[in-house]
Amino acid sequence: MSPVRVLSSSHDGVLLISLRSSPDPVGLETSFDALDDAVSALQSGTTVRVSANEGLEIDSSAIARLFALARQCASRELCFEAHGLPASAERLLALAHSVPERKGTRRVPRHDPFLVNLGRATISLWTTITDWFSFTGELLVESVNFVRGRARVPVRDIWLTLDQCGPSALPIVTLISTLVGVILAFIGAQQLRQFGATIYVANLVGVGMLREMGAVMAAVIMAGRTGAAFAAQLGSMQVNEEIDALKTFGFSPMQYLVIPRVVALVVMMPLLCLYADFLGIFGGAIISSLTLDLSLVQYYNQTVSAVHLSDVWLGVSKSVVFGVLIAIAGCVAGIRCGRSASAVGTAVTTAVVSGIVSIVISDALFALLTELVGI
Amino acid sequence: MRYGEVLIQEHLSFTINKGDVFVIMGGSGCGKSTLLKHLIGLVPPSAGKILYHGRNFWEVTSAERERLLRNMGVLYQKGALWTSMTLAENVAMPIRQYTSRSEKEIKAIVEYKLSLVGLAGFEGYYPSEISGGMQKRAALARAMALDPEVLFFDEPSAGLDPVSSKLLDDLILELNQSLGATVVVVTHELASIFAIASNSVFLDAETKTIAALGHPREMLEHGKDERVMRFLTRGERDR
Repeated sequence: MSPVRVLSSSHDGVLLISLRSSPDPVGLETSFDALDDAVSALQSGTTVRVSANEGLEIDSSAIARLFALARQCASRELCFEAHGLPASAERLLALAHSVPERKGTRRVPRHDPFLVNLGRATISLWTTITDWFSFTGELLVESVNFVRGRARVPVRDIWLTLDQCGPSALPIVTLISTLVGVILAFIGAQQLRQFGATIYVANLVGVGMLREMGAVMAAVIMAGRTGAAFAAQLGSMQVNEEIDALKTFGFSPMQYLVIPRVVALVVMMPLLCLYADFLGIFGGAIISSLTLDLSLVQYYNQTVSAVHLSDVWLGVSKSVVFGVLIAIAGCVAGIRCGRSASAVGTAVTTAVVSGIVSIVISDALFALLTELVGI
Repeated sequence: MRYGEVLIQEHLSFTINKGDVFVIMGGSGCGKSTLLKHLIGLVPPSAGKILYHGRNFWEVTSAERERLLRNMGVLYQKGALWTSMTLAENVAMPIRQYTSRSEKEIKAIVEYKLSLVGLAGFEGYYPSEISGGMQKRAALARAMALDPEVLFFDEPSAGLDPVSSKLLDDLILELNQSLGATVVVVTHELASIFAIASNSVFLDAETKTIAALGHPREMLEHGKDERVMRFLTRGERDR
């Protein structure tokens, strides 16, 4: 199919547009782009008449341009007439015009000033924060009900989630925690060797793992793994109307879906934290015994003398708080998820990001608090 | 009725009588499903009241609301079976929650309900292991688990082939007649509308209110509203 040639001329105040398949020898040939400009310069009431030569084969892009031209004429109150177009083109144009655009449907791209965008972002942030607080408040009420035995929580789901949060997460926690201990030992050895104080690598790894890295690394892993899984599970349930089905049966999604997940993470996080602590210290010991002149016994004795029970408690306490935060981040994102597949993806991203951000913020608060209290 | 800031429908007033098969119909985007969400207590309406036996659903106590919800069964457009549970567990969950029946009794009820919808023997299957039509029937068995007074259906024919759709229509009529349940169906499937409705309301997206109320066949024979006629004749009236 050869491209459609467009010719235009004016006659008695009428814009004549002719569509042909052969080039024009007189030099009236123009383009649809130029026609748009010509039509926009016409006064209202002017007629725009389109005709085509016999046997013209017209492709869908030319029909699309004619359709746009007709709409432009309608919006500028010009009279649009089309004669002699191929029958298929006329039918397609009629079909495109058959359902008129509903008023107010079209979205106009908005270019708001900076302050408006800033205001919108602030409101959005505020909504997110209040959402978190209202969710946490509701969770608190339901948790009290759960403890008092007044909540209908599916015990089987707690066991399933416990397995998902605990034993299933062990391989990745093992790998990451051991490597964190190894990294800490390498860095410590490099710096402390300068002062001949390589024995203190055990202090660095022991205190570092117990107070900070064990809890934080386990939490980051769980935010990426379990928090994301919570958001995806609940988000999919939202998309499939499963949460609506729970509500219409009078079941509280908070009791059925959120409490089991929070309980599971609160129970498993301290255990994972202790496991991560042990493996980190073990990794540090291996590196020290291989690269420094420290025996495993020396390393063990130095670690025992350096760490206190309060360090262990601090790490474990943090892990409980981190567990609650990860569960809330995952569940809020999942339950507030939209109704499309892409919304589930967004919910997962939100869960992971807000989970990690909340872990870091709460860890900073812990650091401040322990400094003030002197632990 | 609003969706966010957008007004969808206003001045809606109609009564659903006990034992009716009441169809809520209208073109796409007219607010049928949103109206259903208001009726089943998922979303409060932006204004107005929804009365069950004269009591406003959104103003009763939470215990009373739970009692009202127990008397409703809902079949969602996508079935909405709980995917982590087998069909038997799906049907059993509300029974276990709201009654003190023994496990033996519950098992019998579950098998009976699944048999009613033609799924005998599928008790141990997960929703992902059965077809879309079977999922809808299983969801219907779950909706009937507590022998509700009112059954709501959101686009029951959506995604079903004509034969499965006809089977579901027959099932709806059978349940209405044999169990005496009031049935409320949201649909725009003409074949279903004419097959099952004993009363109906037509929501118009342009005027944003009720365009017609009554039996669909009467609307077709004596209707005056152009949009309703165009809808009920699949646009043939225009030609």
